[in-house]
Parts: sequence; structure tokens; C-alpha cells
Amino acid sequence: MSDPLAGLYQELILEHSKRRDGEGLIEAFDAERFDRNPTCGDEIRLRIRVDDAGVITGLGWEGQGCSISQASASVLAGLAPGLTRVDLEGRIEAFRELMRSRGGGVGDPEVLEDAVAFAGVSKFPMRVKCAMLSWTALEGCLAQLR
Amino acid sequence: MTLTEGRVAQLRQDFPILQTEVHGHPLVYLDSGATAQRPAPVLDAERDFLEQHNSAVHRGAHTLAGLSTLDFEDARETVARFVGADSDEISWASNATDALNTVAIALAKANAAGSASGRMRIGPGDEILVTEAEHHANLVPWQELAALTGATLRWVEVDDAGLWGIDDMREKLTDRTRVVAFAHVSNVTGMIAPVEEVVKAARSVGALVVLDACQAVPHRAVDFHALGVDAAAFSGHKMLGPNGIGVLYLAREFGRELPPARTGGSMITTVTMERSEYLDPPQRFEAGTQPVPQAVGLAAAVRYLESIGMNAVEAHERQLAERLVSGLESIDGIRVVGPAAGVDRSGLASFIVDGVHAHDVGQLLDVQGIAVRVGHHCAQPLHRRFGVAATTRASAYVHTTEAEIDRLLEAVAGVRGYFGVDA
Ligand SMILES: Cc1ncc(COP(=O)(O)O)c(C=O)c1O
Repeated sequence: MSDPLAGLYQELILEHSKRRDGEGLIEAFDAERFDRNPTCGDEIRLRIRVDDAGVITGLGWEGQGCSISQASASVLAGLAPGLTRVDLEGRIEAFRELMRSRGGGVGDPEVLEDAVAFAGVSKFPMRVKCAMLSWTALEGCLAQLR
Repeated sequence: MTLTEGRVAQLRQDFPILQTEVHGHPLVYLDSGATAQRPAPVLDAERDFLEQHNSAVHRGAHTLAGLSTLDFEDARETVARFVGADSDEISWASNATDALNTVAIALAKANAAGSASGRMRIGPGDEILVTEAEHHANLVPWQELAALTGATLRWVEVDDAGLWGIDDMREKLTDRTRVVAFAHVSNVTGMIAPVEEVVKAARSVGALVVLDACQAVPHRAVDFHALGVDAAAFSGHKMLGPNGIGVLYLAREFGRELPPARTGGSMITTVTMERSEYLDPPQRFEAGTQPVPQAVGLAAAVRYLESIGMNAVEAHERQLAERLVSGLESIDGIRVVGPAAGVDRSGLASFIVDGVHAHDVGQLLDVQGIAVRVGHHCAQPLHRRFGVAATTRASAYVHTTEAEIDRLLEAVAGVRGYFGVDA
């Protein structure tokens, strides 16, 4: 039997949900955001550090939740450092668009890197908010820097 | 006395939705605790009413108004008889949450002008007592009432399994306790509360008793007069009935003392520009146009349950719960909360899968056609006590079979392997 959940639980997602890149709060930070998904109780606290040129130099998070939300935070921790605020805001928007594609989008690997593995999540409307949790938390952090 | 396999198979024919498939599998619906499915007689009753008698009740002189009023009041009598109450003690609400709010808001109003006396009086220094296991619907309104009256909210703590006993309750009852509110049956643990003992203890300190009967009335014979509670609430959609209707039981004496939470049309006697006088219960608590077709549908659901027999419903679910709990407990890495196997509980079980979040569990079950509830089940404090954000809950009803429980158990046994967390 082919795995009907293969689209949702990509190898890369299951792997990231265990790897948890970027887990642990960074001590020195410029913005912090705590977000909670009230329906399922998933939560994340995310901190970022930025240099004078507006480039993200550090990202750390702490949280608990389902494999999708945890893997998503792990992927984001790999993507964000080295990018400017403006660049990152564009990529968050691209990820949001992918999540809203109802299974239609594939995502641009140039822009989203490993996060394209979440394309299949867009077919599961109940899980989109899980994938978005860390991304909206980061968006909240970036808004504080404007 | 329980339900034979043949009887359950026969009942299943009444539920159109049970014939559907999910992801290519026959649906295994184990989420009746959240909302129950409706059998054809309930769907038909509502449709027949709408096609033949529909009109506004308690007003107008035309033929349909008379017919719909009769149906509406028959529904009230049917529901009243079902829960051991008199008709004038049964008011319609939109759901259990609404009914519980009605009691809390009415008590706040009674105390707003500082005019409440006797057991209606709640003020600074007084206490409202709940338990840590409550559904938010039976917790947040009491937090509000405490804030509005200056009273203190206190709670009975639960143990690691989410359980509390009468001794824990007695310890928290003081001569300042004015209201005791708790669930007859927990929607998370399935624990059956010692209602009569709580009532006796509450009486001895002069406190009102409000019962959240949401998970009790659908699943076992309940007699509010025998239990002796002052108020109780339950929802139509959890007992094979329609959405948009709930029931507020107010013991006659208490109902007559309580002011209306909501005011307006249909609940008054005389209205002048300065003031209004209110009808007696139950109309006093039914402001505005009522959910008449839903009341008719709910009465049909009650008759359907009565035709099965509530003792048989309870015995059937008790058997399924035993199979469910002992089956889950024999799977590695699964922790069931609530009463241990062999101890009385309602037909549901919530569990934690070690290393796998409840949402992931639910997803893997869904793809096999099995519908369960995942999350905090509107009981965050209880889940905080368990040390998890979410659990998975399977809940049975009259149409649930042993084979369906076995399909769930088999699927749960595969969860940790799928997510690569088995030892
Ligand atoms: C124990 C308990 N109380 C209250 C409620 C609230 O019911 P409703 O949402 O129908 O108002 C529920 C339903 O989830 C419940 O299980």
C-alpha cells in the first residue's frame, strides 16, 4: 500500500522534527516573540539577533507541538541566518502562499530551500497552521525591527 | 443487559453517515463525545416538522401556530421526563455552554444591585468551587462570576490520572462556598463524579450545585430530581440530536428565584416604558425566538435513545470502554488517563502516545478512516496537569462495535513505528 500520508510526512519533515535545528533560546537578541496555536496548544518562543546592516545573525527557538510545527521551526532555523529582514519577509510571504495553495503549489527551492518539503501540507487544511506557527512568530519578530 | 451485535448492526442502519468511506476505508466514527451523529428518525422529525407544522410558537391564532406550539411543548415534556424533571424546570438554550453561562450571568445580575439574599447571595469573601478537570464551558463562566461578585474561585485538584474524589471535594468546601460546579462525566477522563455525595456535602454548607451533564445525559440514565442538583446543562448535538439546542435544567425553587440572564420578547408579562415583569420559568429563560425545529429533533433523539434503553446504552459503552482501555494499556508507549481498566468510566478514553504529538496520531488514524478527537478537549488546566498540550480521545456511542475498537487499537499500535519513536 502506498503511504497516503507521504505528501504530509516527507522524510525531510520527519527528520527535521527530530533534528530540531536552532532549538534553544539565544542569550543576546534583538526581538522575541511567543506564539501559541489556541486550538491545539502548540507553542513557540523565538528569538533573533540582527547586525547593523539588518542581516539576521542568530535565531533560536523553544517550543512544543506536532511533528509538522517542530520540523517547520527547524527548517526555518536553517534558512533565516544570513538573510536581511526584507529578504526574509519575502520568503515568509512565499511560504504562506505555498501553504494556501491547497495542494497546487510546489514552492521555489531557490527561495524556500528545505521548506518546499512542506508543499504537501497545503493539502491538509487542518495542518497549515501547524506549519505556519514558527514563520508567523518570525514575522512578528521582524515587525518589531521596522 | 447490553446491546447484542445484531442490535448494534440494526442501529447502524439508521445512521446514514456511517455508510460513508474516508480515505477509502469505512468510517470508524469515534468522536461522538465531541458531536454525535444523527439517526434517520431525528433527521426525519425535524424535516417533517418543517414541512408540516412550522410556525412561530406561543403567538398567533392560526392553525400552524397551534400545531407548532403543541410540538414544542411536547418536546419539552419528552426531554423533562427523560432526565427526571418537570416541564417547567426545562428551558431551552443554544447549547450547554450557553446554559451554564445563563446560570452564571443570572447569578451575577442577582447580585449586581446588592439585592440578592439567602443562597443567591455571592459577594467578597464567598467562594465558588469547581474542579481542575472542568471543560472550559464550566470553568470560564465561574471565573467571570467570581470577578463580577468579588468572590474567590477555588478548585479541587486532580491526581496524575486526572481524577478527584468526594474527600477532595469535602476538603475544599467551606461555609463560604456559595456555588459548586462540576461535570457529572468528564469529557477527557470519562470519570463518573459522585454527584449525590457532592450534593449532600454542598447542602450542608448551603451552596448551590450546578451540574455539567453534557457527557452524562447522552450516555446513561440521569434523574435530576433524584440527584438533587439545583441546575444542570447539556447539549442536543452530543445525544444524537440537532445542533443549536441545549437544555438548562433549573430545579423549581431555584428557577423561581433566579432572574433572567437575557431579556426581551417572549419572556415578559407586562412591559411599560419604565419597567417589565417577567414570566415564570421556563419562559423566563427563553428570550426571543426559540429553536423550535431543533427542540422537535431533540425530542426525537430522546425517543430514539429511550427505544434502545439508557441502561443498555450505558452497559454497551461500558463494555466497549473496557476493551478500549485494556487494549490501549497493552500497547507499548501508550498512557491512558482517567480510571484504570476495570473501574467504572464512560465510553471514552483519552491517551498519550509517548514521543508522538496527538495531532500526528490523529492524522495517521484519519488516513485509515478512523475519526478521533485530538487536542486539549477544552480542558487546558487538566492537560497542564498531565504535562502535555494535547491528548487523543476515542469516544463510543450506541452504534460503535467491538470490531471498530479493534481497528482503532491496531492503528494505534502502529503509530510509534510510523514516526520512528519505538524503542
Ligand atoms: C463536559 C462538557 N461540558 C461542556 C461542553 C460544551 O458543550 P457545547 O459546546 O455543546 O456547549 C462539552 C462539549 O464539548 C463537554 O464535553
